[in-house]
Amino acid sequence: MINFVLLISRQGKVRLTKWYSPYSQKERSKVIRELSGMILSRAPKQCNFVEWRGHKVVYKRYASLYFCMCIDQDDNELEVLEIIHHFVEILDRYFGSVCELDLIFNFHKAYYILDEILIAGELQESSKKTVARLIAAQDSLVENAKEEVSSLSNIIAQATK
Amino acid sequence: MAGSSIMENLFQRTLEDLIKGLRLQLIGESTFISNATEEIRREVKSTDQHTKSIALQKLSYLSAVHAVDMSWACFHVVEVMSSSKFAHKRIGYHAASQSFNDNTPVLLLITNQLRKDLSSTNHFEVSLALDLLSRIATLDLARDLTPEVFKLLSTARVFIRKKAIAVVLRVFDKYPDAVRVCFKRLVENLESSDPQVVTAVIGVFCELAAKDPGSYLPLAPEFYRILVDSKNNWVLIKVLKVFAKLAPLEPRLGKRIVEPVCDHMGRSGAKSLVFECVRTVLTSLSDYESAVKLAVEKVRELLVDQDPNLRYLGLQALSVATPEHLWAVIENKEAVVKSLSDDDSNIKIESLRLLMAMVSESHVADISRVLLNYALKSDPEFSNQILGSILTTCCRNVYEIVVDFDWYVSLLGEMAMIPNCQKGEEIETQLVDIGMRVKDARMQLVRVGRDLLIDPALLGNVHLHRILCAAAWIAGEYVEVAANPFELMDALLQPRTSLLPPSIRAVYINSAFKILIFCLDCYILQNEGSASWYSDNLAGGQSDLLSVKNDTEAAELATCEGSNDEQHEDFNPRNATESSEDLSVKNDIDRVATHGQASTPPTVLGKKNSMHESIVSLLNRIELIFGPLIANQDVEVLERAQNLLSLVQLIKEEIIDNLVQSVVDIANKKVTRVTAIINLLRDAFTTELGPVSTSAQGRIVVPDGLVLKENLDDLQAMCGDIELPSSSSFGTGVPHLTTTSDTSSSNLLKNEESGPLKESTSLIEHRKRHELYYLPSEKSEIVSDEYPPAKKDKKRANQTKPRLALVRLDDGDVAPISVKRPEPRDDSLSGAIKDVLLRSETGPCMSGSSRSKNHGHSHTKERRHRGKEKIVEGEEHDQREKKKSGHCRGRRKTHQRAKSPVNVVSHTPVIPDFLL
Repeated sequence: MINFVLLISRQGKVRLTKWYSPYSQKERSKVIRELSGMILSRAPKQCNFVEWRGHKVVYKRYASLYFCMCIDQDDNELEVLEIIHHFVEILDRYFGSVCELDLIFNFHKAYYILDEILIAGELQESSKKTVARLIAAQDSLVENAKEEVSSLSNIIAQATK
Repeated sequence: MAGSSIMENLFQRTLEDLIKGLRLQLIGESTFISNATEEIRREVKSTDQHTKSIALQKLSYLSAVHAVDMSWACFHVVEVMSSSKFAHKRIGYHAASQSFNDNTPVLLLITNQLRKDLSSTNHFEVSLALDLLSRIATLDLARDLTPEVFKLLSTARVFIRKKAIAVVLRVFDKYPDAVRVCFKRLVENLESSDPQVVTAVIGVFCELAAKDPGSYLPLAPEFYRILVDSKNNWVLIKVLKVFAKLAPLEPRLGKRIVEPVCDHMGRSGAKSLVFECVRTVLTSLSDYESAVKLAVEKVRELLVDQDPNLRYLGLQALSVATPEHLWAVIENKEAVVKSLSDDDSNIKIESLRLLMAMVSESHVADISRVLLNYALKSDPEFSNQILGSILTTCCRNVYEIVVDFDWYVSLLGEMAMIPNCQKGEEIETQLVDIGMRVKDARMQLVRVGRDLLIDPALLGNVHLHRILCAAAWIAGEYVEVAANPFELMDALLQPRTSLLPPSIRAVYINSAFKILIFCLDCYILQNEGSASWYSDNLAGGQSDLLSVKNDTEAAELATCEGSNDEQHEDFNPRNATESSEDLSVKNDIDRVATHGQASTPPTVLGKKNSMHESIVSLLNRIELIFGPLIANQDVEVLERAQNLLSLVQLIKEEIIDNLVQSVVDIANKKVTRVTAIINLLRDAFTTELGPVSTSAQGRIVVPDGLVLKENLDDLQAMCGDIELPSSSSFGTGVPHLTTTSDTSSSNLLKNEESGPLKESTSLIEHRKRHELYYLPSEKSEIVSDEYPPAKKDKKRANQTKPRLALVRLDDGDVAPISVKRPEPRDDSLSGAIKDVLLRSETGPCMSGSSRSKNHGHSHTKERRHRGKEKIVEGEEHDQREKKKSGHCRGRRKTHQRAKSPVNVVSHTPVIPDFLL
């Protein structure tokens, strides 16, 4: 299973964290600091797998972001690399040529997308189309709600005139 | 109220505002975050749902990205979760997922909310609830919500069902009894035609099988069908992992799956799937030769791939293959060796491990040679990893794979000289250890030690100090096999030894002491003119003289070159002539009387004088170098230097007087006294030190009537009564008993130093008083036999025997490790699953099957499994009866239920489904 997911920028800034195994707040900070140092210091030509505390960390760099997933010792590293790629492709499709700024300003949406790809540390949806459709449907639901709110605001505005 | 709410809404900073503000902060980020958090604390208390939700979203962001604590907001999270608007509810659920844990106090409040959302007609709301449950489910939540999850496991909405399947894993973990409710439906989903559902359920079984594979053997036919029919690589990888766990438990299963696994391995273009097949074959199908060969071929492809990921995984696969198929590793030896110079440190480390796995008696020398060359080229970190691996591998099982100890000792010496070497401590330990264990290697040890000691440049290298310490100890301890003791002494007396730390300097001084005693002993033997000495020690004397002869020749060269001027200055022609004449006459008389031989007086006289000059020169040099150390601050150095200098003074007076005196009688008396002193000291150093067996302590039988207390506070009172010398004596005994073969040379020297000084009085007294606590002489002999010397001349067959004896002893002495019982929770989960499986087996068995062949086969297989499970279940039943009677009752009921379907089968075709 996947124990946690980290998105770290090339400068070591945290862009997204998702924890499937229990880690206290203190442990999380320590983990992030430790892994940031370890992964950012690796050269591009080195392999994307690092042994760490009896687990393995699979990471992949896309533009200025490192996508990291911590897995159990017996898990398949190549499969996890494909999951990371799967996640990135969906982000790219959703945001249209996704870049770091998209994730910074829409961090909550990145979470919603990740929640449709992984659950309980396991892959739950391998179809990009299905994930895209699910996210679009939820966005639509939210947009409809916003329209209602906007309508109410107009009524109130008129009433106060 | 309404106006206030509108105001809050209009002027509240959004998440985007927060992020923009943060990005503008170059220095004051922490201050900005603190202020933002305070603002959020106010906003989150708003009664307006939108305001509260936005505040919570901002807090979630700060928590996720900037590690801000948000546990204080848990109640507000619950409020937002219960919102009727999906946009708000989503924010609340996300916050809960991020911050809630088993200890969150408001978990009780969300049970009904979750139940409500799990039953919602909006499947996105159901999705939110399931996601959260998979993350934070506790025992209480799992128990209360199992019925809802059960329903969702068979819902028509695939989107919901796959999430419910994933949640089951967490629910089972927290509340094992849920298995009785949900497991059957979980199994049914294995047969689903929807790939999303199969992906989810196989992932769950993969996790479950990893913990307790035996429970899922009855499901093997379903897994097999997926293995053969599925085209989804994600699913295939998971099912292969399941089989990797199940196959070792059932040989027939392995035989069944080996063909489809090879098919996938041979045809698939996906590297991830091929790698998983390789790993499954190497871990769980290692008995099938053709499969293993195919897997090894695939590994070779990985090893030569340009992608470092694949090379790394290829090496990992070889690591998996090592225990059962070492030939595969050896076959790819070139690729493994080549990986030692890869750019990636991970790959280098992996290849180093593989090389060490290949090491055996026959080619440990070759591999070590290769590795040492790489250590010379590599960066300091990897270089030390190489050295560490060699040291660890070679000393395993007390140097089991080392045949030629002379070679190994030389190797240790070469390691010491490698730049960046930081393994000084381990090399020190092994050098000393080998000296004690392998008598035949001592000559080579002294040679290697000499080479290290005579090089003044090494004294400045901090990492080498421990190695020099070992070399000094060896030089002192085994000086009798040294080619040139004077050279060793010169090395120990180098001015640059002042660069050494006090603890190691002390070892140098002690070794110098030993070597001095040895040299004096040789001198006395050569100088001895007493007729009685010759007649009493004729044979021994001859052999000693022979060894002294070599030393004398070497010493002559060194002395003549270095001290010609001294000779001329001190030379007194008249006195020397008279003295030589007298001695010549005396020697002739003695030899005629005892041996009937005539010797050449000039030759004997010449040698004697040269030896004498060497000794005097040595004594003077010791005084010169060690004199200043009397003022040293370190008490160890000070005391040893003082002892040595005192001896030098004593010997010096006697020797010089001996030379000057022309009266034979007086000279004889003084020589006798010097001889007595030297002999005493020599005897003290002659006792051989051996390694202490790891089981030595256990061999001491506790005397009858003696109660051993764990708390030794009573000793404090006893020590107060006993005089100091007695307590010192006691202190001497304890290290002897507790010393192990890994003791550092410093400790050994301390023990040795204190032993001789007190041996004549307190030690003997102590032994008499506590005779029971000392190892009997018989056992001592046994101890010595445990470490046979490794002789080069012996044939291989002969060499094997001593090692086997050694290994057996160590193995036999190790107490067997008792296997702990599994935790009750795990046991409960396992038992629950077996219960359910026993019941669920009857369902498929009786249900219609389109193919009679499959039906028959499946039936037979299930029957066998059922039989096994009955046995296992019976055992567990017995165990649990011992634990709790109440639980036993419950167990019996369950057992009866399990049995009843069997009875029903024989009577009626229709079986009621107890789960429905």
